[in-house]
Formats: sequence, C-alpha cells, structure tokens
Amino acid sequence: MKRFYLYLVLTVAGITFIYPFLWMIAASLKPEIEIGSLGLWSKNFSLESYRLVVQKIPIWRALFNSLFVSSCVTVSVIFFGSIVGYALSRLNFWGRNLILGIILFTMVIPFQITLIPMYILMVKFGWVDTYLSLIVPGMITAFSILLFRQFFLDIPQDLIDAARIDGCNDLTILFRIIWPISKPVIITVGIITFMTSWNDVLWPLIVIRNEKLMTMPQLVTIFAVGGQAEAQLGAMLAAATLLAIPIILVYAFFQRYFIESMATSGLKG
Amino acid sequence: MLAYVKQKIKKSDKIGYLMSLPYLVSFALFVAFPLGFSFILIFHKWNVITPMRWVGLKNFYRLFHDVEFFRAIYNTVVFLIIHIPLQIVFALVIAVLLNQKIKLRGFFRAVFFMPVIVSGVVITILWQQLYAYETGVLNLILTQLGLPKIPWINDPSWAMPSIAIMATWKNVGLYIVLFLVGLQNIPKYLYESAELDGATAWQKFWYITVPSLNSTMVLVVILSTIGGFSLFIEPFVMTGGGPMNSTLSAMLYIYNQAFYFGHMGYAATLGFFFAFIIFIVVLIQKRVVERK
Repeated sequence: MKRFYLYLVLTVAGITFIYPFLWMIAASLKPEIEIGSLGLWSKNFSLESYRLVVQKIPIWRALFNSLFVSSCVTVSVIFFGSIVGYALSRLNFWGRNLILGIILFTMVIPFQITLIPMYILMVKFGWVDTYLSLIVPGMITAFSILLFRQFFLDIPQDLIDAARIDGCNDLTILFRIIWPISKPVIITVGIITFMTSWNDVLWPLIVIRNEKLMTMPQLVTIFAVGGQAEAQLGAMLAAATLLAIPIILVYAFFQRYFIESMATSGLKG
Repeated sequence: MLAYVKQKIKKSDKIGYLMSLPYLVSFALFVAFPLGFSFILIFHKWNVITPMRWVGLKNFYRLFHDVEFFRAIYNTVVFLIIHIPLQIVFALVIAVLLNQKIKLRGFFRAVFFMPVIVSGVVITILWQQLYAYETGVLNLILTQLGLPKIPWINDPSWAMPSIAIMATWKNVGLYIVLFLVGLQNIPKYLYESAELDGATAWQKFWYITVPSLNSTMVLVVILSTIGGFSLFIEPFVMTGGGPMNSTLSAMLYIYNQAFYFGHMGYAATLGFFFAFIIFIVVLIQKRVVERK
C-alpha cells in the first residue's frame, strides 16, 4: 500500500512536469480558437502556426547562428580551458598560485557589475552586431579551467614523465596523452558550456540588433515581446516549440550526461 | 626582491607562462578592464554617443532617491522569499521519494530535470499561456473543480508569486539531483543504529537526514539566491515588469536604464550597488546557514 502511494505521488508530480510540454506542442498545432482547452488532441491539427513563424522571422538563420556561436564557444572553452588547466596543475612556475587566486576571485564577482562596461567595450571594439561580441568574451571561462585543473591533478606523474622521455613537449602531452583519458571532464565542460551559451538571452539582447545575426532564443524573445506575433498565441507557441526541440532531442539521448554534468558543476562551483 | 623573483622565474617551467597567457589576456580584457571602467563610469553621465560628463556622486544621490529601483529590489526579495523555501521543500520531498528502492528512478529523474535544460524563454512563453486568465490551463482546471479563477499575472499581488512558482518548476530538477547526491552520501549505519533505538521514520528524517544535508542546503540556498538576483528574462517576456511595476526585477530595471533610456553611467552605478548587495547577502547566508 505504501508503495502504491509512493508511485502515485511520483506519477502525479511527473505529469505536472511533462504535461505542459505536451500541451505546448499540441497547442502549436491547433487552430487559434482551440488553444484554450485542456485536451491534447484536435481534429484540426495543421502546421499553419509554423508557417506563420517561418514567414515572419528568420528562424532558420537564427538556428544556424545559435549553433555556430555555441559550437565556437564550446570548442574554444575546452581547448583553452584544458591548456590553462594543464599549466596550473602539472607545471611548476612562479606566480602559478597567484593566477589560481585570480581565477577563484573572478568566480565570486557578480556579473551585474561588469555587464554595462562590457557592453561599452564591445561598442569601442566595433563588435556590436557581429559574431565576435557573442563568441570572444566567452572563449575562456574560469569554471572550465578549475574543472580541468581538478581532473588533471589526479593523473599519475609517471605517465607524463614517460611521455617526456619519449620526447613529447607539453602540448603534445596534453593533446595526445591527457585528452584521451579525460573524456568525463571534457564532456562535462562541453555540455555545461554549450547549454549556457545556447540558452543565454540577456547578452545577445544587448549586443545584437540586426535580426539576421540574432541567436534563436533572442529572436524568439523579440518575436514574443516585440509585437511581431500580433497576439497570435499559436505562432508564439510554435516559435517556443522550435526553440525547445533541438535541446530536448539532444537531452533525450544524453540525459545521463546532462544530469551528471550539471550536478558536478553545481557541487564544485 | 627583484633578484629573488628572477631566480624563481629562472627555475620555473617557462612554458607555463605561455600556456596561462590566453587566460591572462581574457582576464585583462573582460574582467579587469570592465571592473576598472565601472569605477570610472559610476562618476559620469554618459549615453555612449556624446562625450562623458563628470557628475561626481550625483549617480549615487539619484540611486538613493530612486523609488523605482528600491521597488525592483523589493520585488526581487519577494521572489526569493517565495522561491527558495518552495524549492527546498519540493526538491527535498521528491529526492527522498526517489531515494527509495523504486523502479524507473532514472526515468523520473530525467522528467523532473527536463525544464532545467530548456531555455527560460520557452518556459516563460509556455507558462504565460498556462497562467492566462480566461483561457489558461490552470484557470480551466480551477473552474472545473468548482473553484474561482486566479488572476495569476494580471493582479499586482499575484504576479511575482506566479513568476516564483514558475521558476521553481523550472529549476527544482537540478536541486532534486543535488539532494539525491547528498542523500546517497549519508552512511547507512546511522539509520540502522537509529532503528535499533526505535526511531520513527519522521524522527530519522528530522534528526539524521536533514542535518546530514546541511552542505547541500547551503549550496541550494546560495545557487538559488544568485539565480534570483539575476531574474530577468521571465518578467521581460511574461509581464514586461507590470502590472504596476509589481514584477520589475532589479536586472530588468538596470537593463531598461541602460538600453531603453541610454543612461550608461547611472545603469553602471545601479549594477555596482546591486552587485555589492548580492555579495553581502551571499556572504551572510553562508555564515548563517553554515552555523546551523
């Protein structure tokens, strides 16, 4: 009997998490007048709302922009994060602890303080309305360096010494010897970075005004807020669904990695 | 001193400097410079286009007389006061349930986690429809149960709590997972010896589980406080700060000052002051929760 209640509570909770998503997808396929109903099925399903979205905003271009920006940022964060993480864990040089201290310090600075000056910097560089403003400031993150450093600290010195005797320099050691055994941390950093970059809206809203360069969440936000949707609920929900689908698809296949990555970054951050 | 440093550097792995260089460049450009520049900005009036004008402490004078800004901070605090306890209670209950021997644990965990990975924009657009007064799903359910409709986002006293409920729904999955990790780290023998002493399930929960989760609790409180102080996209999309400024969050106000009115100097001052508040609050929380 106790088991029964346990499953009952979990199922009810589960439905409150899944049902809204299903409702959103169903509503995006229904004609406008049927959206205000609880049911998930309609005889009049059509792609009309999606046609409207594609017609009004460059959503495919935005999908490309988001994929491009997030991929560049992720590759760069893994590349530079592991290089700096390696230097801070496996090399001895004067000032190393100072750099580590700086990194820890930057992690406690609330972003609210640097937001406006960062925007002005982008204006002065002439990077407003270019991909550069979306990519370059995110190319190295303190958190990725710390995660890589933590992981590299546990790698046995023998492995590195052996490679050095074989004539490897530090970069070859990092990319040939250490990278292949660091998949867990690379996946963690990759997922967190990609997701953060993909879901960020505030920064793109600030530095991108040209519709052709907008990221997908930004374009959908402006579509919903800026009146282009003309109070058409179906179109707004269709745009939201298009924005949700890529990440849900990836999540469906790699959910374990997503959850574990977010848990570790939460615990270490 | 200089000779000493030189000696040290001579003995160092010099490639270490080269490999740290990318970080140092990024730090100088995107952390140190903005930090320094914000100290200059807070004493100026500037709209980016015309030259900067020195105004001394006028920005701070204006800040302390800015009713709207304090309203925004008050709103953000209201959000936190509802959001954090709600988050902790739900996350803890579900985590404890999931920690039993049950089938489909992975499936349930994945379901609760789904809103965490989906963009806040999607969640907000979706909940805007769920909260709609006439046609929203929530009010339809209430009506069918014979209850009166709730003006979720149309009434100034309901709007912020509604956003807090939505934010809880979005984030709770992450905290469930964090609590699950915490629960699995509690040694089994604590429960076994409590059982020998005849403890009830409730006593075990209250005297063993809750105290053992202290460090997770600190983490949850701090993470959701920082998240709450950054509240922006939800009111931006759902209510635009209304009705009657009841959902105007501090970040939304700063954004409006900077990018709607073009008051860069003043917005930088607000950001500076607000960051200072966040810093103090998180510091106090850490002290208080850790002592308990």
